[in-house]
This record gives sequence, C-alpha cells and structure tokens, in this order.
Amino acid sequence: MDLEIAWTVATKDLSIIRKKKSIFYAVIILPLIMSIGLPAIVWVVEQRGTIPDAILIGLLNAFSFFFVIMASLSSIGISSYSIVGEKVEKSLEPLLATPATDGEILFGKGLAAFIPTIVATYVSVTIFMILTDILTYAQLGYSYYPNLTIALVLFLVTPLAIILSNELNVLVSARVNDVRTASQLGAIMGIPFFVIYILAEIGLISLDIATFLAISAILLAADIALFYLSRTTFRREQILTRWK
Amino acid sequence: MIDAENLTKKFDNLTAVDNLTLHVKEGEVFGLLGPNGAGKTTTIRMLCCLISKTGGEARIDDYEIGNVADQQKIRSIIGLLPENVGLYDALSAYKNLDFYGRMYKVKEEQRKERIEHFLKMLGLWERRDASVGTFSKGMKQKLAIARTLIHDPKVLFLDEPTANLDPEASRTVRDFILDLKKEKRTIFLNTHNLDEAERICDRVGILKTRLVAVDKPEKLRESLWGIKTEIQLDAVNDAIVAAVKRLGPWKIEIAGNKLIIGVSEPEKENPDIVDAIGKAGGRIHFVTQVSPTLEDVYLKLVRS
Repeated sequence: MDLEIAWTVATKDLSIIRKKKSIFYAVIILPLIMSIGLPAIVWVVEQRGTIPDAILIGLLNAFSFFFVIMASLSSIGISSYSIVGEKVEKSLEPLLATPATDGEILFGKGLAAFIPTIVATYVSVTIFMILTDILTYAQLGYSYYPNLTIALVLFLVTPLAIILSNELNVLVSARVNDVRTASQLGAIMGIPFFVIYILAEIGLISLDIATFLAISAILLAADIALFYLSRTTFRREQILTRWK
Repeated sequence: MIDAENLTKKFDNLTAVDNLTLHVKEGEVFGLLGPNGAGKTTTIRMLCCLISKTGGEARIDDYEIGNVADQQKIRSIIGLLPENVGLYDALSAYKNLDFYGRMYKVKEEQRKERIEHFLKMLGLWERRDASVGTFSKGMKQKLAIARTLIHDPKVLFLDEPTANLDPEASRTVRDFILDLKKEKRTIFLNTHNLDEAERICDRVGILKTRLVAVDKPEKLRESLWGIKTEIQLDAVNDAIVAAVKRLGPWKIEIAGNKLIIGVSEPEKENPDIVDAIGKAGGRIHFVTQVSPTLEDVYLKLVRS
C-alpha cells in the first residue's frame, strides 16, 4: 500500500468537504453542542441538589458513551459524500483509471472521514472534560477526567466505531445514488449504540471499563468482517458495472 | 502499441465485445465507431484495466492486460477521458490537475510546469483558481483532456470527447486532439461523430459487438462503396447511355438528368466517358466525383 497515494486521495476529499458547508458544519456543530450541552446537564442536575457520587459517575460514563455515538454518526456524513459524491459527480472512473490500487483509494477515503471526525471528537471531549471537572470537583473532591474509562472511549471504542461506520458506508454507497439517502441509511449504525445506552439506563449493563472493553472487542471483530466485505464491494469492476 | 486478439467481454449471458482483434500502431489515431451498446466503452474499459476481459488477449506497449502485475504499469502509461468528464466541481481547475498529477506521482516541479502549460494552451489559465463547477461544458471537456495528459501518457483513450458539446466547443476539442496527433501520441478514440472520425483518425474500426470493418476512412469508403462519377447533362437519352456502356462494364444509374457511373480509375476513365457522351450528342454541365461519406459507409455496415 502506497500511503502517499492514499494521503493524496484523503487530502483531496478533505478539500472538497471543507467547501461543502453543510457537511463541514455537521462535523463541527454536533460535537460543539455536546461539549457544552452535556456539562450544562451536569450543572442543572447539581443545581437541583446533591446527587450520590455513584449516580453522578454513572451519568458521566453514560455521557462519555454519547461521544462514541456522535463520532460514528458524524463520520457518516463525510464518508457518504466521499463515495456517493464521487458517484454523483461521475468522478470515480477517472480516479479508478489511475495507477492507485482499490485499497489505496478506499483507505484514503476512510482517512478523509476518520481524521475530521476524530479531531472534532477529541476537541469536544477535551472541552467537555474541562467543564465537567470544574462543575464536579466540589462534589467529588477530585478531577474525574481524564480517567481510564474516557481514555478507552477515546482511543479504542471511538476509532473502532468510526472505522465500522465508514466500512458500512462503503456497502451502503454501492446501492444508493444520493448523499442524503446514504447518510440516512448509514445512520442505522447508531442503533446498536443506542441499544447499549438503553440497556445501561435500565440497569442491565453498566458502562464501565469491562463493558467498554467488550464493546471494543465486538467492534474490532465487526471492523475486520466489514473490511473484507467492503474490499469486495469496492472493486473497479464492481463499481463500474454493478454499482447503481 | 495496442494489440488485441479475440478480446471478449461477457456480462452474464450478454456478450458486450465479441472476439475483437485490432492493432494500433505507435503514434496512430484510431477511431472506434459503433451504435450505442456496440461495446465501445467496454472495449476502452478493458484496455484501461478497469474491467476484466472474459477471453482473448490484449497488450499495451509491452504489458499484458489481465496480468495483475502489469495492471498498474498499464494505468501509469495511459490517459483516459471517460464519457462523463468526472471533474471535481468544488475544486479549482488547478487543484483538479494537481490532484491527478499527484495520483500519477508527477514530480512537483514538472507538475507545476505541465499544469501551467496545459491551462495556458487551453485558454484556462486566467480561470485556474475558479471552481470547476462554474465552467461551461466545453471548458470542462478541455480541462478533462488536460487531466488525461498530466502524466504525459504514451496512449490516450478518449471516450466520446465531443459528445454533448456545442459546435464551437467541439471544434476547440477537436483542434486540441489534432494538436496531440501532431505530437505523435497514440490515441484511441470512441466516437459517434463520423465527421470527427474522418478528420482526426488515421484508421477507423466499426464495432457492433464484433469488429465489422477496420481500415483508413477513405479505403473503407472505396472498398464498400466504390468510386462514382456523376455527370449532369441537358438530358439523358438511350444513345448516351449506350455510348457509355460501350466503354466498359460499369454500373450506370440514371437520376433525372444525371448519369451516375461506378468507375474504377476515374483519372483514366472520365475523359473517355466525357468524350463518348459528347459524340453521342450529350451536353455536359458538370462532372463530379461522388464519394460516400463515412456516415454512408457506417450506416451500410451497421444496418447489415
């Protein structure tokens, strides 16, 4: 794999995405809202009276998980545009006529969706952690963030979720012809995460280190399986003769 | 430069290209003509290693199509202009070319030189920073041709380069292709435009899933239609027709006051014909050489 070629594809996609304001802002606005909105909820909860430390910690861990959902959904907008956008502009054929391999093109497109999403997520989580620490220090007596749980969320669960989201989107992109439909179908990606959140809320699971490790293992397995499936889908002949 | 032997492509039960055999020499401009669905685009896609062949063999330069090890090498020495130009509307003309230059690993210095050269040559230099989305169809087509040349390919594949362009834009694109022809590049051109094929191509092939005919445009016309001399007279009568018939076993058609005679060597035969008609009392207004257009030849072949 020639990483320089993959990077060329990624930077080209990033240049286009920067010009597509709706996609660009979608990647920035949702994380920004969460980085301020979630600490605001903590503030409201604390204003209503002291809550037990265990419940507060459970709430904060649940909030950490929101960033996984956010990241997986944010990347869909970019990855949908990255592939379906090329289909709409009919620019895939000249791209496929270059010496780049299918894997290099696919990897470049994955990077284009991954980089802005992960950067936006890390920036918003940093703001969230600072604000939350300020708000909860008085009650907990220590800075809750950073901790191992959020580190797991940021450096393991979130990247794996974004990768899965991108791979799923390659499969979706092969079947649809407009970016909006691809984004809507890609949003299916959020369902398993919402289910996990609901299971945590009704007390069937707890969002602790063990759970996040288990989620990571499942995501990794799904990433590997979908990698092979998306590689099969993203082939020159498939794209030119079978993609709708 | 391009050699195909019995090249075949099947999609399930549909044969898109059937036993195509053709050879294109280095520096030659070869035009592939054919109706929609004849397999022209499929042929180009196979030759550009975009889709696999079902049967036969093909080579570009010294590289074998279908050989996995050669695919990237083939793609690096060819330039493809697909039917849909497929430029990035959100990017500028300069960035579109720069991106493809990078994809073909053209060194930065060379890339800058070539981009400037082509954009100036095509009259797009002043608009180099404008989004391609603001360009007219003709400008986009020119830019797309520049894109195919950014890595200085040995072989160019142009799929309907003037389709959907207005006459002025078509002419600009055609003139640009003629400039490329002067540079002795090997060009493989798919077109519906027979006039374009006749003006640009050294040889043409007529494809209808199978290759129906291949030759120089003028040879195709001659071999399939023959040469005809048309003589406009005051009036055609039996004596004139008989006088002409006595000169040779030619096919003679009468159309009003015109005699249309199928000849083989007009330079030698026309003076005798004119002489015979004069002696038979005919008064000649005009003598003209009738050549079928490539369109006539194409329609005859495709319909048969």
